[in-house]
Order: sequence, then C-alpha cells, then structure tokens
Amino acid sequence: MPHAVRQFWLLTLFAALSAGCGGSAPPAADRGVSAAPGVRHPVVVRTPLGPPGVPTGTFDEKGRPVTVACATCHTTKPANADAKLGTPLIQFHQGLVGKHGILSCTSCHNPADGYASLRLADGKGVPYSQVMTLCAQCHGPQYRDYQHGAHGGMTGHWDLSQGGRSRLNCIDCHDSHTPKYPTVSPAPGPNDRFQTGGGHE
Amino acid sequence: MSERKKLSLPVLGEVDRRTAVKAGAATLGLAAWAAAIRPWFEWTAELNADEVLQKHYRELTPEQLQVILNKLTDEARKQSGKPAVVKDHKPIPGVSFAYALNLSICIGCRKCAEACHVENNHDRPSHQSYIRVFEMQKGGIDFEKGNATYDHPVPAKDKYYMPVQCQQCENPPCVKACPIEATWQESDGIVVVDYNWCIGCRYCEAACPYHARRFNWEKPQIPANEINPNQSYLSNRVRPQGVMEKCTFCLHRTREGKLPACLEACPTGARVFGNVLDPDSEIRWVLENKRVFVLKEELGTKPRFYYFFDK
Repeated sequence: MPHAVRQFWLLTLFAALSAGCGGSAPPAADRGVSAAPGVRHPVVVRTPLGPPGVPTGTFDEKGRPVTVACATCHTTKPANADAKLGTPLIQFHQGLVGKHGILSCTSCHNPADGYASLRLADGKGVPYSQVMTLCAQCHGPQYRDYQHGAHGGMTGHWDLSQGGRSRLNCIDCHDSHTPKYPTVSPAPGPNDRFQTGGGHE
Repeated sequence: MSERKKLSLPVLGEVDRRTAVKAGAATLGLAAWAAAIRPWFEWTAELNADEVLQKHYRELTPEQLQVILNKLTDEARKQSGKPAVVKDHKPIPGVSFAYALNLSICIGCRKCAEACHVENNHDRPSHQSYIRVFEMQKGGIDFEKGNATYDHPVPAKDKYYMPVQCQQCENPPCVKACPIEATWQESDGIVVVDYNWCIGCRYCEAACPYHARRFNWEKPQIPANEINPNQSYLSNRVRPQGVMEKCTFCLHRTREGKLPACLEACPTGARVFGNVLDPDSEIRWVLENKRVFVLKEELGTKPRFYYFFDK
C-alpha cells in the first residue's frame, strides 16, 4: 500500500488518541490534526505486513512453508462463493478453522483485485494495513474503546510528552478467522502461606 | 548471744552475701552491655554509619539522600553484576495516578503477576508478586469463593478473573496503622514504604483490607542476571529482610512517563492507566464512560484502582 496512506491512517488515529475525544465525538478521520499543546510523541499502531500468502503444503529447502499469493489461483479459478467459515475446504486453505459468525470468505476478502485487499460492507476495497477499519464495521463498541485506549494491548508511555507508545491492532490478538481469544495456560501462581496453607508468605 | 557466726556462701568461702550480690549484678550488667554493643562488633561491609544513623526519607537533605543512593547503587551493582542504578523518583507535579481494569477482557493468564514478579525484583522461591489474580464465580463478587492458585487452562467456564493489587487508597488504612510513619501517601497518590525506616511490625499488612502488602520474611533471593537494574529507592530496589513491601504502580517507570509493567504485559489489553487530572487521558475516558466500581467501597478507603465490565 502507498506509504502516504498508511501515514495518514496513523496520524488520524494518533490525533484521536491524543485528543482523547469524548463518546459523542466524530470518528477519528473527521477530526483532523490534534490540538494538543507541546511536544507529543506518536502513538504507533502496528499494521499487518500485507496480503497473507496461502500455504501450498510444500516446503522449500530450508523447511519453510511455500506460500503463494491468492491471485496465483484466483485469477483463473473463481472462489467458492458459498464457502462459509467453518466449511472445510478440500483444496488449499486446508486446516483453516473458521469460527466468526456467519461470515463467508468474500465478506472480508476482496475478489475485485484477486484478493490482494480487503473489502468493506459497501464494496469498497481497503488494504490489509487498514484491517481495523474492516473490523470496526461490526465491532463498533470495541473500536470506540480502542480509540480511547480502553481496549487492546500497548507498550510505551502513558505520558506522551515524555515518549511514544506502540499499540497492537485487532488481528495481533484476534485471529480473524477464529477471533475469540484462545484459552491459555496461566503463569504459575503465588507460593505463599495464604494459598498453600503453610510456610511463610 | 556474744559470738554470732559470720555467715558466708559455701562456694565463695569468706565473701559475704552483700559482696556476692554486688558481684552478680555487675556480671549481669557487663553481659547486658556486651549484648547491647554486639552489633558494633558484627560490623560488615554491608553496614555503615549512614545507614544505621539514617534519618527518615522525608527528613533527608538532598546531599544525605545522595550518599544513601550511591551506596545502594554500589550494592545493586555488586549484587547484579550489571550497571544498575538506584534512583529517587519524585512525584510529577499535576499528576494523580489512577488505574482501571476491564474484567470482561481479563482472561486470568497471570501475565501481569509474572511481569510484576520480574520487574519489582521479587523473591524467586516464594514466587512473590504484588498482584494476586482471583478466579471468581460468575454472578457475584465473593472473594470467599475466589481461588488464587488455580492451575488449569483459562478462561474456565462460568468464571471470571479479578487481579487484585494495591488499590493506592486515597484514605489508606495501612498508613494510619504504621506506628513509625514508615509508609505514607505521595502527591501523585502512590502509597510508598521507606524500607530503611520500616521496623517490620506488619501492622499495615493487617490493616489492609485488600491484602496488598507483603512481608520479606527472608532476604529476597534473585539470580544476579535476573535482577532488574532500573531501581528506585521507594520502589523496586532489592528489599532488606524483615520489611514490608507493596505495589507502587511501578513508580520507577510511571514517574518517568512509562506505563506500568503489569499493563505492558497484559496480552488482552484489560488494563488502563494514566493521569486522572488530565481530562484527555485514557483513564479519564474510562471513568467517565464506563460503569466503574471499586472494591469494598463500604470501607471508605477510596481506592484509585477501578474495575469495570463491558456489558
């Protein structure tokens, strides 16, 4: 995607975050430049690298999976428009588990340009780097919380006058095909007298 | 009645009773004095006059404090083998910290407790941490039914998870309980402990309704290469034995503008931290737009740690 577009995206998000717009404020893109005084370090939202490759099932001489662009097949071979997430596919995309509402592949993947981009509900294409715009169509409350710093992991500074901040995007934590956060094994618990019934705290 | 036999103690021969009592008292006195001055004979490199005679943190002049910081820095470097520094982070004017935690998002992975353990140079054998994550039954907030030692994949069915750490109360019972003012609240709301002043009576631990304070039963044991070299006098420097410790909202980080370690470690983004006096801050948005609550509100401790659910 063009670098300038990505920068604009980051800037608008940054503007929304640093201005901390209220619940009734217009979306980030309409707010323009932040009016915050003094030096404000940037809030950088991680962006996905680009269109994902589809594993072919073969491996190169170093043992890495060989992937191909979607268009490699889909320029000549039409996608199965009836395929829903959760329907096992018999060719390619194997092992892809989908559990994301009633969405089908083309709900998000854009057939207009050989699946090299995503598409919004109104048919407009958006690059993969703007995946959050796509997610936000259905997950408005989460996107609102995200814009106000109340959803999503981050590292860096709470005080932007002293340093910047790095934020994760939706698909850093949520697998877009099975977005429910996975079950994990917890880190070890405390080893004190209140919990183990003996010894020192 | 002319010749009265002169009394004497059998073992002492001709010594009279009065002299024997005097000698006994003198011996006891000498022994007590020897015990009293014993610490002076056990003088080691770890002790020095500045430490023994150190004043309360808030009564130290900048020069005196610097001497102590230099000494602690030397110790930390020796202990860790790294270029560690023990600084003194002062509260930032115009900043009052608050923390919020989204219970709808928290999955109970204990990553925050683990990050705290590492960041704050906690004792490794006891796996100490300022954060305790309770696995709670959905439908109420009943800590009696909570379990902090769960060990199974999370989140479990019908459970929610509630990390509890120091609530940095505006009306802190622990501070009132301390008989020697070794713990107090700073202007940014963080309740701190002067580890060099604390006598380890543990009254504050008993006074805290959140069990947020921990006692160093032993000198914290940490492998040298795992010691966090960025230390602060009131925060994460390796504590001496026999003193209380507590969460300081990572003041060695947050007073430099950084986010606390537990927030950065949270993989789900359940934690929100910031300056509550800044109307544009994330924490203010949460407090103004979410239905936040505090733990044990009826006690009047006025925590600055808030919890909320999304739905």
